[in-house]
Amino acid sequence: MQDPQAAGPSIGLQNAIDCDLHPAVPSMAVLLPYLDEYWREMVSVRALDRLNLSLTSYPQNAPLSCRPDWMPADGTKAGASLAMMQRHVIDRYKLRFGILNCLYGAQVFHSEDMAAAFCRATNDWIRDEWLGRDARLRASIVIPAHNTELAVQEIERRANDFRFVQVLMLVSGEVTLGRRQLWPIYRLAEQLKLPIGIHAGSAYRYAPTAVGWPSYYVEDYIAQSAAFENQLQSMISEGVFAKFPDLKVVAIESGLTWLSGFIWRADKTWKGVRAEVPWVTRAPSEILRDHVRLTAQPIDAADEREAILRLVDHLKSDRLFLFSTDYPHWQFDEDNALPAGLPDALARNILFDNALATYPRLSKADQPMEVAR
Amino acid sequence: MTRHVVATVDQVPPGQRLLVTVAGREIGIFNIDGEFFAVGNRCPHNGASLCKGRIVGLVEASQPGSYQFSRKGEFLRCPWHGWEFDLRTGKSWCEPDRTKVRSYELKVEAGETLVEGDLRAETFPVSVEKEYVVLEL
Repeated sequence: MQDPQAAGPSIGLQNAIDCDLHPAVPSMAVLLPYLDEYWREMVSVRALDRLNLSLTSYPQNAPLSCRPDWMPADGTKAGASLAMMQRHVIDRYKLRFGILNCLYGAQVFHSEDMAAAFCRATNDWIRDEWLGRDARLRASIVIPAHNTELAVQEIERRANDFRFVQVLMLVSGEVTLGRRQLWPIYRLAEQLKLPIGIHAGSAYRYAPTAVGWPSYYVEDYIAQSAAFENQLQSMISEGVFAKFPDLKVVAIESGLTWLSGFIWRADKTWKGVRAEVPWVTRAPSEILRDHVRLTAQPIDAADEREAILRLVDHLKSDRLFLFSTDYPHWQFDEDNALPAGLPDALARNILFDNALATYPRLSKADQPMEVAR
Repeated sequence: MTRHVVATVDQVPPGQRLLVTVAGREIGIFNIDGEFFAVGNRCPHNGASLCKGRIVGLVEASQPGSYQFSRKGEFLRCPWHGWEFDLRTGKSWCEPDRTKVRSYELKVEAGETLVEGDLRAETFPVSVEKEYVVLEL
C-alpha cells in the first residue's frame, strides 16, 4: 500500500547524505545474542533488561524526542524500526547514505567493563540489523569513552568494516574532551580516517549546566550548546588539533547559532593569553574551520536560511555544515529538512560534498570488506 | 628626518625601559642586552599605554606540552589585553602583518660626535664623555 507521505518532497534531497539518524535499541533482548555468557547472566540476575536505557538527555516522551507523525502507533520506541526509518526518511528522500548515531545507555554505564560489553553488543547489533539490511546505511562506533583502553579496543574491532565511518562520543562525558588521556582514541581515529562525532547529551556525571542542576528539561536542552562550546574550546586549547592535524570533529545536534558568539570570544581572548597554550598557533576560528564540522539540524534560528548564510560569511567557509534530519527527533515539519532558498552551490555542499569530504570511509564502503574483528 | 637625543645609555640599563616624549609623541626606549629599540606608547589594538606593559620572552611549542622559551625580554605585552609585540620589529605575535606598533630607528652615538652634528637634544645637554641614544624621526 502506498504511504500517503511517499509522494516525496519537491526539494532536491535526492542522493543527500543524512549525517544524523537515530536507531533505537528496542529492548535489551536484541543485544543478548551479542553478550557473552557472563553478561547474559548478569542481565537476568541484575534485572538489567527491565531498565529503560534510553539516554536521559532524550526522554522518550519529550516532544522533541520524536516527531509526532513519526511516532510508532504500537508504543514501541521511536527509531527502533528500520522499515519506518526507510519510509519516513531514507526512501522518501532517496538518500545516498545515512549515518546512524545510536544513543543508548551502553555508553554511559558507570562500570567500564559493562559499558564496553554493551557498546560492543550495540555495534554488533547495528552491524547485523541495520547496516546488513540496508546498503545505504553507515554507522558511528559507540564506545565506552570513559575508559580509553577499552574504547580503543572497540574502535580497533571495527577498523576493517568501512561501514563504520565515525566514533561517537557524548558532549558531556566524564572529562573535557581535550584531555591527553583521551588522545589514544583520537590517534586511532585519525589513523583510520574516522571523525570524532560529538553528539548532544550527557552521561550526567556532573550537572548538565555549568552552574548547577536544572529543574526542567528545557534548561538541560538549552545548555547543550554551552557544552559544545566548552568541548571545542577544550580540544583547541589542549592542542588536540596540533597533535592530530588530520583529525576531524563533527558536532552533532549542537544547534548552530551559538557559533558566531563563540568564535568571536575564542579568537579575541586567544590573542591575549595565547602564551599559556603556545601550541595554539592560529586563531581558534581558523582551527575550527579546518577541523570541525556541524550537522545542520537543529539550526535554532528564527530565519534558518539567513542564519546559515550569516555563519558561512562569519566563518568564511561553506564546507562546515552537514545535512541531517536528526530522525526521529522533532526538528522540522513536513519535508523542510534543509532551509529553502540556499544558493545552489552551498546547498550542494551541505547535502553531499561536505559529508564526502568529512567521512573518507563513506566512499570506501562500496569496496569489499574484511570481516570485522 | 630629525635626529633626537633621547637618553644617555646609562639611563636605560639592560632589561629596562624609559618613556620619552619626542616631537609630542610618547615613545618607549628599551634596552635588550645592550641593544636599544624604540616603539610608540600606543597599542594599535585599543590605544593602551603599551610601553607600560610587562617585558616578556617568546613562548612557542613544537607540540602540546612542549614549551620552548626563547628571546627573553624581547617582547612587550600590552597591559590591557595582553597582546604581545616584538620589540625588534613592532609586529604583534598574533597578527604580525596586520597589527604592529610603530617602531623607530635608534643609534648609540658618542657625545663627541654629537656636539658637532645637527642633533636636537630636547631634554638635556650633551657632553663629550658620555654615550647617547639617538632617535631619528
